Amino acid sequence: MFVDALILFQIAGIGIIVALIHTILKQMGKEEIAQFATLIGFILVLLIVVNGLSDLFQQIRSVFLF
Amino acid sequence: MDILQITILGVLASILYILLKEVHASIAFLIILITGIVIFFSIIQQIQLIFETIQRLGDQANVQGLYLTTILKIIGISYIAEIGAHLTKDAGLNSVSKYIELAGKIFILLLAVPIITAVIEAIIGFIPNV
Repeated sequence: MFVDALILFQIAGIGIIVALIHTILKQMGKEEIAQFATLIGFILVLLIVVNGLSDLFQQIRSVFLF
Repeated sequence: MDILQITILGVLASILYILLKEVHASIAFLIILITGIVIFFSIIQQIQLIFETIQRLGDQANVQGLYLTTILKIIGISYIAEIGAHLTKDAGLNSVSKYIELAGKIFILLLAVPIITAVIEAIIGFIPNV
């Protein structure tokens, strides 16, 4: 349970930090790099979420006898 | 997992969602997704226990294995379709969520065909030949 809540905080933290980086880079006038930072942050979070989703679907498969 | 912990997790997730919605909408959506995954993960172990009990009782009552398997599969399909439909609805895609629900209904009907056939055959068997 504690690990599960940790994932939530991890994602929220990544989101806040990425938004911060995006704002700072935008202020410095580097729009393209800011976009890339946002994209990479999103991909990182997507990786975590997709891993969890695949685990869940495997579990559902084994429980519901597919 | 305790119901209290699940509730606290939900409240926490909504707080984080509101916090992130302003700055980063896509990651906020992924937070909703991961919350659903975590909660379902904790539920599914209990569901497994219940299903084992149902199967044991069915074996004791000599229910045909085909029927029990079909019912469990139908329940599984409905859970999966529900998850997908709610996620797409949260993302603002109401029509896609409706389509997912429709697909779930169709697949459930498809799985129920053998059972319906058995029932209709039994009913026809009751009717005396004239």
